Amino acid sequence: MISFLARRIFAALPVMFLVALIAFSLLYFAPGDPAAVIAGDMAQPADIAAIRETIGLNQPFHVRLGIFLWNTFRGDLGISIFSHKPVTALIAQRLEPTLSLAVLTIIISIAVAVPLGTLAAWRARGLIDRIAMAIGILGFSVPVFVIAYLMIWFLSVKLAWFPVQGYTPLATNWSGWFYNLILPALSLSTVYIALITRITRASVIEVLSQDYIRTARSKGLSEHVVLLRHALRNAAVPIATIVGIGVALLMGGVVVTETVFAIPGLGRLLVDAILQRDYPVIQGVLILLSAIYVAVNLLVDISYAIFDPRIRN
Amino acid sequence: MVETVLSVRNLEVAFLSGHGRSQVVNGISFDVNPGETLAIVGESGSGKSVTSLAITRLLDARSSEVKGQILLNGRDLTVLPEREMRKVRGGEIGMIFQEPMTSLNPVLPVGKQLSETLVLHRKMSVSEARAETVRLFDRVSIPAAATRLDDFPHQFSGGMRQRVMIAMALACRPKLLIADEPTTALDVTIQAEILQLLRQLQAEEQMSILFITHDMGVVAEIAHRTLVMFRGNLVEHGDTVDIFHEPKNNYTRTLLAAVPRLGSMTGTSEPAHFVLPFQDQQPLPPQKAETSSTRKPTTEKAPTVLEVRDLVTRFDINNGFMGRLGGRVHAVENISFNLKAGETLSVVGESGCGKSTTGRSIMRLEHPLSGEIVVDGQDLMKCSAAELRKARTKMQMIFQDPYASLNPRIRIGDAIAEPMLLHGMTNRRESKDRVAQLLREVGLLPDMMRRFPHEFSGGQRQRISIARALAVRPKLIIADEAVSALDVSVKAQVVNLMLDLQKGMNLSYLFISHDMAVVERISHRVAVMYLGEIVEIGPRASIFGNPMHPYTKRLLSAVPVPEPRERGKRPAPPIRELPSPIRPPNYIAPKREYREVSAGHICQEWDRSEWAQ
Repeated sequence: MISFLARRIFAALPVMFLVALIAFSLLYFAPGDPAAVIAGDMAQPADIAAIRETIGLNQPFHVRLGIFLWNTFRGDLGISIFSHKPVTALIAQRLEPTLSLAVLTIIISIAVAVPLGTLAAWRARGLIDRIAMAIGILGFSVPVFVIAYLMIWFLSVKLAWFPVQGYTPLATNWSGWFYNLILPALSLSTVYIALITRITRASVIEVLSQDYIRTARSKGLSEHVVLLRHALRNAAVPIATIVGIGVALLMGGVVVTETVFAIPGLGRLLVDAILQRDYPVIQGVLILLSAIYVAVNLLVDISYAIFDPRIRN
Repeated sequence: MVETVLSVRNLEVAFLSGHGRSQVVNGISFDVNPGETLAIVGESGSGKSVTSLAITRLLDARSSEVKGQILLNGRDLTVLPEREMRKVRGGEIGMIFQEPMTSLNPVLPVGKQLSETLVLHRKMSVSEARAETVRLFDRVSIPAAATRLDDFPHQFSGGMRQRVMIAMALACRPKLLIADEPTTALDVTIQAEILQLLRQLQAEEQMSILFITHDMGVVAEIAHRTLVMFRGNLVEHGDTVDIFHEPKNNYTRTLLAAVPRLGSMTGTSEPAHFVLPFQDQQPLPPQKAETSSTRKPTTEKAPTVLEVRDLVTRFDINNGFMGRLGGRVHAVENISFNLKAGETLSVVGESGCGKSTTGRSIMRLEHPLSGEIVVDGQDLMKCSAAELRKARTKMQMIFQDPYASLNPRIRIGDAIAEPMLLHGMTNRRESKDRVAQLLREVGLLPDMMRRFPHEFSGGQRQRISIARALAVRPKLIIADEAVSALDVSVKAQVVNLMLDLQKGMNLSYLFISHDMAVVERISHRVAVMYLGEIVEIGPRASIFGNPMHPYTKRLLSAVPVPEPRERGKRPAPPIRELPSPIRPPNYIAPKREYREVSAGHICQEWDRSEWAQ
C-alpha cells in the first residue's frame, strides 16, 4: 500500500511540471510586453527598459523558466499587474469561499446521489427508480443559473428563509457561512446529483448481477447487508471516478454560481483577471486549479486501492 | 420409512419478460433422502440450475413464477415468509456454485465472508466466529488456514477458492447442500480433490447433497441416485447404476453414448468417431464407426506441416518500482515437436500450463522470445509482417467460446467470406458460392449465411467458426479448447465433424484441450504440458496405455470414470497446488534431459524428490 502511494505521488510530479511549463509559456508567448503593461500608458521607453531589467525579462527563455519554476516551487506566484498585490495573497483571499462551495456541493451530491442510485438499482424499473431517473433528467437539463434564480426567488425572496446572496467567512460565523452557502451549493449540486445517481445506479445494477451477490443471498443475508456490505463497495470504483470528474467540472460551474450569488471566490478572480489581461493572476489560478485536479485524481486513485484490494499491487 | 430431507412436488418455473411467459421447468417431482447424493443431470437449457435456484427462492420474484411444493423436512418453502426463508438459506441449505473465481466477493477478506454466516445464523461473537472459521478452513484442507483469513479471494487458486466456498456452505451444518456444477470450472486433478472432499464431508456430517451437473463422469463418481432433465422435463429418474447400465429413455441413451470414456480406445492407434444413436436435425455428413485398428496409420509417410524447435515465450511482469521488471511468466519454455499432414497432435495440461500460449505463439499472435516455427517450410520467426500475413492462410485458429468469437453484428456469411476476401483469394460474387459450399461442409444450410450469430446455438456457432477457419484452405488448424464449452451431445457431433473434415481435406490439427477423454478419441499423438514444458510426447496409444511421467499419470488418474460401479475403487489423489510459472528476472531455465520410452514416445526426466509422494 505504501509503495502504491509512493508510486502515485511520484507519477503526479511530471504532470505538475508540465502544468507549470504551460502556465509559463502562456505569459512568455502572450502578445504585448508585460513591462509595458506594468509601466502604464504614460511610461517612457527608459522606464519600460528599467522594469524589464528589474523583473528579468531580458534573460533568455531557460533562465526565466528556471526562475519561474523555482519561485512557483517556493510558493511565489508573482505580482498582479493590475492590483500590484502578490498573486498568492489574492488567491488566499478567494480560496476559502470557492473551496467551501465546492466541498459542500460534493458532500450534498454524494449524500443524495449514492443512496438514491443504490435504491434505484435495487428496485430497477420500480417506482424509486422512475423517480430517481426523473430527477436525473431534470438535473441534467435545467441550467445551473435557472435553478439558482428559481431558488433565490422562491426560498429567499418569497419565503425569506435564506439570504439572497453574499458570503460569510467560516471564521466569522459558521452558521452564517452555512446559510449563505446552502442555496448556491444546492443549485450547483443538481447536475452532480443527476450524474452520480446515474453512474451509481448503473454500477450497482452491474454488481447485483454478479455471482458473489447470489452467494451472499444464498448465505441468508438480508437485503440491506447484501447491498451495503457486498454490493456497494464493489460498485465504488466507477462512482469514485465520476466524483473525481465531477470535482474537476465543478471548478467551471463555480464561476457561474459565484456570479449569481455574488460570492467573492476564485471563479470571479479568474474572470476578472482574464478581462484585465492580468497574466500573473491567470497563471497563478491556473497552477492552483491544476494542482487541485492532480490532488483530486490522486485521492481517487487512492480510493480505488482502498475499495478494491486487487488494485493495491 | 425414512423421512426425506427435501421433497419437491410438481415444481413448475416460468420466466416472465416483456415478450410474455416462458416455461423452463415443467412440473418435476423428486425426493432427497438423508445422507444421500442426488444428481440432476442435463445439458444447457434443461432447467437444472433453475430448479436449484427455485428451491432456495433465489430467483427474482419479479421476473419468475414458481408453482408446486418444496418441502424441506416437511416445511413448505414456497409459502415461507422471506424472513424465515433467510434463516433457511445458509442455515439449513448450503450452496456452492460453479465459478469459484466469481462466486466470492473480490473486495472482502475470505475469513470475513465465512464468519458473517456464523454471526448471522449461529449467533456467534466476532472472535468466536473467527476461531470457528479457522476450524472450518482446516476441515476443507486449506493449508495454513489461520494465516489466510485476511487474504482476499484473488490470492487463492481456483481449487482453494472452491474449498472456501465449501467451508462457507457447511458453516452452519446444513442438512442439505446444493452444489451447482461445483467442479465444472476446475482442472481435472482439482475436480478429483473436490469430489473426494465432498464425499468425505458428506460421510462425516450425514448431509444430503443435491448435485447439479452436465458431466456424466462426475455423476458416476458421486451420485447415489440420478435424475435426468431435458428441456424442463424429468425424463428419467433412478439409481445411478441403473441409469448408466439400463437407461430407459432415448435422451439418456444419447447422453451416455456421447460421454467420452477414457480407455475406450485401447488397442487402436487412429482417431475414431463417436457413435451416436440419435442425431438431431443437423444434416450431418454420413458417418460410420471406424474399425481402424487393422488399418495402416495414415500419417507415416506424410509431409511435415508444422515444425516447432526450442520455442520460448515469456511475459514480463512490470510490477517493480516505476514499472521495472519484477519477474517473468515462463509460459512456454523450450518446446519442440512436429506435426504431419492429416495428423492430430493434442496438447494437454491444466490451466496455466502454457498450452494456449503455445497455440497463440505458433500463430504469432504472441511474440515468442526465441525458437523456430516452420510452417510448410517457412520459418515464421524470420518472416516480415507481409510474409506473415500471407503465411496465415496456411494456418487458422478456432477458439473456445463460440459466443464470444463471432462478431454479433456481422452476418455469418460475411464473417466466413472475410478471410478469403482479405487475402484476395476470391471476389465478392464468387465468395457467395464458396461460403455456401463451406456451410454445407460443416453441416449447415447455405440459406443460413444471411443470419446473425445470435440466431444460432452454441454447436452451430462452433461449426460456423470451423467454416471460417476452413475458408482460406489452411493446411493446419489450431483448435484451442474448441469443443470444451459445448454440451456433451453437441461436443460429440462437432468432434465427428472435425474428424470427417480432416479425412476429406488432409488437415493437420493442433488440438489444445484439457479434456483427456476427448483427446484420446481425436488424436494421433499427444503432448503433455506442465509449467510451460512438454514433459511427455508420443503416439496416443502409448501415452494413454503406458504413461511414464508422474504428471501424466496424475492427470490420467484424475479423469472421472463414467462407471458408477468403479466409484471409490481408485485411490484419492494427494492434494497438490500447481506451482507458479512466474520466475524472478534472473531465472535461468534448467536444461532438461529426455529419454525415448518407445518409438516416438519421449519423456522428460523428472526430479524424483519433487514428485515423490
